[in-house]
Amino acid sequence: MKYQLQENCLTIFLPKEIDHHNAEDMRETADSIIRSQHVKYIIFDFEKTDFMDSSGIGVIMGRYKTIHFLGGEIWAVHTNERMKKILTMSGMTNILQIYEEETV
Amino acid sequence: MKGTNEMKIIFESRSENEGFARVSVAAFLTQLNPTLEEVADVKTAVSEAVTNSIIHGYENEIHNIEIRCRVNDRLFVVEVKDTGKGIEDVEAARTPLFTTKPDLERAGMGFAFMEAFMDRVIVESKPKEGTLVRMEKTIGKGRELWTTQSL
Repeated sequence: MKYQLQENCLTIFLPKEIDHHNAEDMRETADSIIRSQHVKYIIFDFEKTDFMDSSGIGVIMGRYKTIHFLGGEIWAVHTNERMKKILTMSGMTNILQIYEEETV
Repeated sequence: MKGTNEMKIIFESRSENEGFARVSVAAFLTQLNPTLEEVADVKTAVSEAVTNSIIHGYENEIHNIEIRCRVNDRLFVVEVKDTGKGIEDVEAARTPLFTTKPDLERAGMGFAFMEAFMDRVIVESKPKEGTLVRMEKTIGKGRELWTTQSL
């Protein structure tokens, strides 16, 4: 899993498909960084992602709990229509902000 | 009446087969000329059902999962079957946010997703015998099929 850390902000570049199979790996990687680097903000970057099921929702919810406890926030960027639908349907839009980029 | 068609795949309950399962079902679905959204809906629903069988049905032991797909005119039916431990209370299991495995960070949204993305979801389950999830979706609803004419 690719990620980038800038001060206390962790950007996670999500894979093409997020399911139960790769959710575990994402969770472990994210948690080890959050624990060791005092992360307060997490940005989930969906640029490469075109498939996500409820396992992905579990990963986001879990990270939110940790970060929220520390007074942080989570964001989603580069979400396509499908990802927006999944995030909205599952109520994730109540706990994360979808960052909309202005289209040129 | 348009044709009927059927396929069946059996694979081991390994998490790496989740991708294989949903892509195979999606490939079979293409004969109904679905929209991208309909394909995505079916893939998500299949992924949820297969994940349930792996995590809950077999509790990560390796056994077989069977998927049967049928098309009948524009109706698409997919069944995901395991012979795992079954569900004690199907109604509770279908409740959004219900999960027996919060420690695994399961969101408890598997059935909610299946119901949201398919027209109909039927669950047959017996403790110690296994679970069958049958999902139906009419493809091309509210969309007239257009045909091309030869010049």
